[in-house]
Amino acid sequence: MRNLSRREFLRLCGATGAALGLTHAIKPEILEAFAGPAGGRPPIVWLQGGSCSGCSVSLLNSVQPEIGKVLTDVISLQFHQTLMAAAGEPAMDVLPAVKKQYAGQYYLIVEGSVSTGDKVMYSTLGERDGKPVSFAEWVKTMAADAKAVIAVGTCATFGGIPAAGSNPAGSKAVSDVIGGVPLINVPGCPIHPDRVLGTLVHAIKYGMPELDHLKRPTVFFGKCVHDLCERRPMFDEGKFATRLSEQGCLYKLGCKGPMAYNDCPTRRYNNNTSWCVAANAPCVACVEPGFPDHTSPFFERMPEYGPAGTPSPQPHQGKIIGGDK
Amino acid sequence: MRKIVIDPVTRLEGHLKVEVMAEGGKVVAAEAAGTMYRGFESILAGRDPRDAVYITQRICGVCPVSHATAAAFALDDAFGVQVPTNGRIIRNLILGGNFLQSHIIHFYNLSLPDYVQFPAIAPFTRHYTGDYRLNKETNERLVGNYFKALEIRRKCHEMVALFGGKMPHQVAIIAGGTSMTAQKDKIDAYRKLLAEIAQFVEKEYAEDTRLLANAYSDYFQVGKGPANFLSYGAFPLDDYGRDKLIGAGVYIGGKPAGVDIGKVTEDAAHSWYDKAADGSPDKTATNARYGKAGAYSWVKAPRYGGEVCEVGPLARMWIAGRYTSGVSAMDRIVARTLEAALITKSLANWLDELDPGAPCEAPVEIPYAATGVGLVEAPRGALGHWITVRNHRIERYQAVVPTTWNASPRDAGGKPGALEQALVGLPVPDADNPLAVVRTVHSFDPCLACAVHVITPGKPVGEFKL
Ligand code: SF4
Ligand code: SF4
Repeated sequence: MRNLSRREFLRLCGATGAALGLTHAIKPEILEAFAGPAGGRPPIVWLQGGSCSGCSVSLLNSVQPEIGKVLTDVISLQFHQTLMAAAGEPAMDVLPAVKKQYAGQYYLIVEGSVSTGDKVMYSTLGERDGKPVSFAEWVKTMAADAKAVIAVGTCATFGGIPAAGSNPAGSKAVSDVIGGVPLINVPGCPIHPDRVLGTLVHAIKYGMPELDHLKRPTVFFGKCVHDLCERRPMFDEGKFATRLSEQGCLYKLGCKGPMAYNDCPTRRYNNNTSWCVAANAPCVACVEPGFPDHTSPFFERMPEYGPAGTPSPQPHQGKIIGGDK
Repeated sequence: MRKIVIDPVTRLEGHLKVEVMAEGGKVVAAEAAGTMYRGFESILAGRDPRDAVYITQRICGVCPVSHATAAAFALDDAFGVQVPTNGRIIRNLILGGNFLQSHIIHFYNLSLPDYVQFPAIAPFTRHYTGDYRLNKETNERLVGNYFKALEIRRKCHEMVALFGGKMPHQVAIIAGGTSMTAQKDKIDAYRKLLAEIAQFVEKEYAEDTRLLANAYSDYFQVGKGPANFLSYGAFPLDDYGRDKLIGAGVYIGGKPAGVDIGKVTEDAAHSWYDKAADGSPDKTATNARYGKAGAYSWVKAPRYGGEVCEVGPLARMWIAGRYTSGVSAMDRIVARTLEAALITKSLANWLDELDPGAPCEAPVEIPYAATGVGLVEAPRGALGHWITVRNHRIERYQAVVPTTWNASPRDAGGKPGALEQALVGLPVPDADNPLAVVRTVHSFDPCLACAVHVITPGKPVGEFKL
């Protein structure tokens, strides 16, 4: 099989649902082009901070390629708390070892928000000289020598749930604590495995993908949920559901699709099984920086809400034409 | 005396540090510490109560459905709403599918690397060395099933997503029932996936558990803990919650009893919170005080009538009388497998009970002021949510989660938590490779049915009857 051009690869990433073609992009012939340093596979360090581990669990739901294949044939997952066999000191020794051996060659993936300031010790990982080491310090240390950093999930990209409300743990996004290294944001609560693996493969094989103003790859985050939604015709015709379990546009029941930039309606989740609106539930714009504070109350119609003093969430693009019928 | 620190204990969700003191090749004291704090209770204050279902799911990406269920139960209670039959059953189907996912991922992907030798590539390298005892053939079988299990657990999530929209963080469980209706095509698709998963549980998971238990039968002798159990019960079988697939109960000091929720208290003597965290969960507040003298964990210490309890599959199977062979690290693993088989069977029955076309949600109204309690089981054990609504908003919210029971620190009276107790006495012949410690920690997963006469402690494993 011949090597894929970047354009063809992007077409495969953009293909959705059952037609998703990442598998083709991750065939062995193509992998050769990686020529990564760790036994031919690019070394990856995956750190988990203020997260629920949902993004890691969601990564395991990858179908094309199967996650088992990803682990054995595609990447060399040097560090990942939920999956690695090592524990304790032998596990923590991996980080300085990778930093030294693969400087400038490894990719750092961060899941979860970072506790900062006087709350920096609210999240720690491992010990040095008998003292706990903050998660923030690990993120900075490992980012310094990474080829690129990929923040996955809305906690890591924008602060997400941990940074909501009074932000009790001083949680911040990865972009707030690192600098001087290429950064890609792949939000989602949780992430979609295609979006993470597609972004990673792009970074490895073709370099940095095209990003929007929030550093999100446009191939996945370039369109508005509301514009792709299968219930959009109902919105335009003013057919609104009055109960969630009814068939109808969910706009009046709180759907935040008009402010979410993501390809959920066409990519769908769990091997093309379903997505939020298909399960009669409102989009809560889980990929946006405003999630959850500016995208809630989740079950209340969107433009009328927003904490005092902040602009109400408004659609960037999707036109609210049928909204008031 | 030598101090052994395992930070982090990997292959579990979240951040856990375990410190043990070893003397004469045995653990004589242990401390378990949670090393990450997010502060959900404060994040919830002031919100629309209905949002608690979606927000609290994000406490855990491995068992989000349990939190969604506990929150929905608490809201049903606070709003005084009667969930229609379909809503009850669809909630069970969503929760049950995730129980299977969780038990399978725990056995194969989180636990097995403690017992099985994997190919020497990342992420399997640099593990502790020690007594990996499986013969080549069994070892190979289990490595193969590690990968097969990744596929099966993914299919469990696909099953959940049929009714839940997506997983993790399903969207269909709401106050008053479910948004998703009992669509015929979804029922058929669920049934198809379930058949494949059931086959794996019966043929592979059960046999693999037997193989592991046989090779490591000495783990039936260690890791006991308090041998007090608590279960809130899960999977209501009727619309009034009278009968549940997994029953509620406690077993304390060798005596079974019903659950008196008023006896549940939290204690933060050794946790990084101020005094407001002590007391009954419907009254406590959670204010962080990192560095507090004498504290060593973000985990609080819940107690039942002052007693330390273990929660999880062994607690549930024990209280139900379905498995009472022993209390040990290996008994926890066996009980989990048996529970997976029990749930697999029940899911098929619930599909038959759905009535396509009948309602799945009841309308809800947010009262000016109310309180509610939601009690359920997560794969890892008893889970309770307590809500107070005031001015139509959440005034306070408290969640007491399974791992707070199992991995709690010492309480004001100095009583160590369940896991801390279970680690005492474990053999550590090599302080640099505390394998028995990580095996025992994992047995709690900080995540049946029939009759099971499976295992007699210390003797070779008999047959599983599923
Ligand atoms: S408002 Fe929501 S349900 Fe309605 S068309 Fe837009 S995205 Fe779809
Ligand atoms: S539809 Fe909205 S809430 Fe659902 S996953 Fe997509 S962006 Fe998130």
